[in-house]
Amino acid sequence: MSTTAPDRPQITPQVDIPEKQRKPDPTGRHPATVAILMLLPAAVLMITFLIIPIGLTFALAFTNARLISPEPAHFVGFANFVRLFENDTFWASLRNTVVFAVVIVPFQSALALGLAVLVNVKMRGVNFFRTVYFLPVVTSIVVVSILWLFLYQPNGLINALLAKVGIQGPDWLGNPNTALIAIILLSAWQAMGFHMVIWLSGLQTISHDLYEAASLDGATKFQQFLHVTWPGLRQTRTFILITITIAAFSLFSQVNIMTQGGPLDATTTLVFQAVRTGFQQQQTGYASAISLVFFVLVLIVSLIQRYLTREKEVGR
Amino acid sequence: MTDILPKAADEAPRAPADDHLGHVAEGTSAQEMHTAGEHLHRIRNIVMVIVRILIALVFGLPLLFMIISSFKPDVQIFSDLGSIKAFLPVGDLSLDNYNGVFQRVPFAQFLLNSVIISVATVVLGLIVNSMAAFALSRIKFRGQKIILGVILATLLVPFETMAIPLLWWVNTLPFWDPVGGFSQGWLDTYQVQIVPFIGNAFSIFLFYQYFDSIPKELDEAATVDGAGWFRIYRSIVMPLAGPAIATVAILTFLPAWNQYLWPLMVVQSEELRPAMVGIDYFKQLNVSWGQLMAYASIITVPVLIMFIAFQRSFINSIASSGVKG
Repeated sequence: MSTTAPDRPQITPQVDIPEKQRKPDPTGRHPATVAILMLLPAAVLMITFLIIPIGLTFALAFTNARLISPEPAHFVGFANFVRLFENDTFWASLRNTVVFAVVIVPFQSALALGLAVLVNVKMRGVNFFRTVYFLPVVTSIVVVSILWLFLYQPNGLINALLAKVGIQGPDWLGNPNTALIAIILLSAWQAMGFHMVIWLSGLQTISHDLYEAASLDGATKFQQFLHVTWPGLRQTRTFILITITIAAFSLFSQVNIMTQGGPLDATTTLVFQAVRTGFQQQQTGYASAISLVFFVLVLIVSLIQRYLTREKEVGR
Repeated sequence: MTDILPKAADEAPRAPADDHLGHVAEGTSAQEMHTAGEHLHRIRNIVMVIVRILIALVFGLPLLFMIISSFKPDVQIFSDLGSIKAFLPVGDLSLDNYNGVFQRVPFAQFLLNSVIISVATVVLGLIVNSMAAFALSRIKFRGQKIILGVILATLLVPFETMAIPLLWWVNTLPFWDPVGGFSQGWLDTYQVQIVPFIGNAFSIFLFYQYFDSIPKELDEAATVDGAGWFRIYRSIVMPLAGPAIATVAILTFLPAWNQYLWPLMVVQSEELRPAMVGIDYFKQLNVSWGQLMAYASIITVPVLIMFIAFQRSFINSIASSGVKG
């Protein structure tokens, strides 16, 4: 596996291995030294800005740390979690986060698959449709939120269009019953093209021969989809489910720009609450506890999805 | 499956067809014009094209509305809403909204900040991550599998989980620069918007995957010619890695340009504020919708044009990101 000479005992530290036993390097350095030098910048950056902050999420959640404070933080046990679990807004944000994910994951992935099937054809101009469906993906979610904030105004474009067909549209973002739905719709609109492209690349790995064989056997288009396309997309499916779910749990920008969590906490989310407490109110310890709940949620979902796909592999 | 990235570029143009004229139509004799089956197929094709067009309207019209409205005064935007005119450049068109944007906020500065931050993140990220990937894929040393495993594991952790601890952390970090010397705390600087996003697990993974597909014999030949590892990296592997460089550049540019949560927390001063946080701030000044749409258009249209120009690279980048599953 490495260039370590096989006849040497493993206890010898790597650097002590004589030069001649290694693959000669014209610069006169051990390959391992060069590798470490090349890895060093990325390693330092990722340890500093990824590994340590992940560790800090766990550590700070059990302290009373504040963002800017003259006094050092100290250990407070589970006090942050006790406070958290007694807070109604926290439960509202946990509920909204889960509802958002549970609704948007099947909705968005199914529609994205539909789009992928629609544009997976040899046809003049199909590239045009792919491009247009993909345009919202390259538009920033910040811009999309501001644009839809405008569209969702009580006297905005959407209600004007609804009025054309005789429907009196609601005050989308001002009504606790419709605000979360409104955010779900625009989020799906923005991200669907992304998952369309991933489904599309999955579709294109399925051999054309399989479809030919199926159609020779008299399979209808729908049967072909069910017995050729769907099983062929198993790997793509796992990836899409995990990425949509994690993105859904991370919901923040839309809420911060459009509703600030309101009306009546109808759209508040875990990340929104973490930012509100950890940044605006500077309660780093408390906000880290929220982040930790969020982290555990993401972990559970990834594990469940991994487990479910493993089951299917055994079943097949 | 690991070599799909380099292949994707060649495969995209000849997408396997699942079209409705497909195999069934081939089976019927070509001379039999207008058989019932063919007729049905034609109708179905037309219906499917109409469906595609309607969906295109759903995705395209809101963006068109944004751009068109940016040239209209608010009174006209609202009076046009009920008709097709909302999507047409008609009536009282002017650049007033655009002038308004530049007058109300230091917009040029916001834009410049966004450009500085995203270009620095992309360029430094390309160097740092490709070097790391090179070491992992082409130099043999003990522990490289473990390092790669750790890097891949971090892909499942969304940035949002650690944003708050990271905020606390960067506020305690020291920094040294040649002008100001040592200082404590990174808040309200350029570097706090750039440095944390340079080392990127996904970029390393994409480079790693691509480098693995470049024949290792090239390294051996170069070694015989007296080249060192840095030389092999710079003069052999990187010049062959064009598609991977494009993919990583695109996939790091978009989030850097669109960054919102992080700069919202770490930047206070106007001189350092990027355009995405700037539009949120602009909105809070109670400006007109037309001005907001003008601001939104200026920060969006260049990216849309870039996307349309380099469409194939964009789509392939996204497609290749799906392979990791």
